[in-house]
Amino acid sequence: MAEAAKTEVIKKKAGPAHPSGDKRFKLLEVTMKRHQFRSDALIEVMHAAQELFGFLEVDLMFFIARYLKLPPSRVFGVATFYNLFSLRPKGEHTCVLCTGTACYVKGADALLDAVEKLAGIKAGETTEDGKLSLVTARCLGACGIAPAVVVDGTVKGLETPDSLVQQLKGWLPNG
Amino acid sequence: MAIKTLTIDGQLVSAREEDTILVAAREAGVNIPALCYVDGLTPVGACRLCLVEQQGTNRLQAACATKVQEGMEIVTNSPRLHEYRKMILELLFAERNHICAVCVANNHCELQDMAVRHGMDHVRFEYLYPQLSVDVSHEQFGIDHNRCILCTRCVRACHEIEGAHTWDVSGRGVRARVITDMNQPWGDSDTCTSCGKCVQACPTGAIFRQGSTVAEMERDRSMLQFLVNAREKKQWNV
Repeated sequence: MAEAAKTEVIKKKAGPAHPSGDKRFKLLEVTMKRHQFRSDALIEVMHAAQELFGFLEVDLMFFIARYLKLPPSRVFGVATFYNLFSLRPKGEHTCVLCTGTACYVKGADALLDAVEKLAGIKAGETTEDGKLSLVTARCLGACGIAPAVVVDGTVKGLETPDSLVQQLKGWLPNG
Repeated sequence: MAIKTLTIDGQLVSAREEDTILVAAREAGVNIPALCYVDGLTPVGACRLCLVEQQGTNRLQAACATKVQEGMEIVTNSPRLHEYRKMILELLFAERNHICAVCVANNHCELQDMAVRHGMDHVRFEYLYPQLSVDVSHEQFGIDHNRCILCTRCVRACHEIEGAHTWDVSGRGVRARVITDMNQPWGDSDTCTSCGKCVQACPTGAIFRQGSTVAEMERDRSMLQFLVNAREKKQWNV
């Protein structure tokens, strides 16, 4: 009896798709269904969610948690553990700087300094006009071309502060 | 149930096959130091204080997470282990703001006891002095991140015994924090049942009962084991 009442509440909470009526939630639901709403598909589902929404909003993570029957704290924990998930909207362009050991030895700190100075933001932040996000990652697995950076999804190696600044300059007002 | 025979600090010990080195040692009266291990919860091997030496290998084993094996020769205390344990404690102190004199858990703190036991009289590392918050939004309890050592006892007590999984760890490395639900104030948590198991589990003054002042926060650790025995073995040895 009590059990039935409980399921009712959960059902109501989950509801059909999402109360906002945003079609993207429906698409996300399809992805989750493809994984049979298995809780171990969390990372794949969050990837799909980030593709759809650009970043992981708290509301979106609650939605995922409810459908995959996972505790919210677990979803939040996984989302903040991995570099690839972002909880804030990303800039129009992204620059990922590798600060792994090999890249660090090859001068990743100088690259980071240069970009931070150029854009006026710290690693992990986005410029106020939403043009550029600066992200650091520990090892991209491209140590052979250290120091490596990823500019808008393209991996570039053997960068110097000057060559990197040249590439990013155009996107910034003071560049 | 098979029995394994091993040597711990030169003493012959017999243990159940499923026992860990730590459990076998405690039953034989050898107290291996540990902070993340607590009776009744799954070991995670996070604090590394229980590292022991095993004859025949240079690798140290986490006693809380290593099963006993026939003929094992274990050394639980040596100058090398003592040095490592002291260093781990110093790093724990340097990582957050552990100020015993104004802590609710003063005199009832496992971290403090451990530091005293290992003669940690100073910290060789630079303190990080992170800016951390205290969340007292819950009506009965509070969490002070300054005192947290990320042992994840609260996370495991909440998940394994209470079944609510209100706690988890967010972030990684130096940015790691224990969180409730979607990193929201504890008082706003929908999953928290206010059962207080995390309060009993916490080794330091991180999770406390509100209204307790300096040195007032005492805990009953055995309550966790009691609940596990009651639930799984139907034993109520009060």
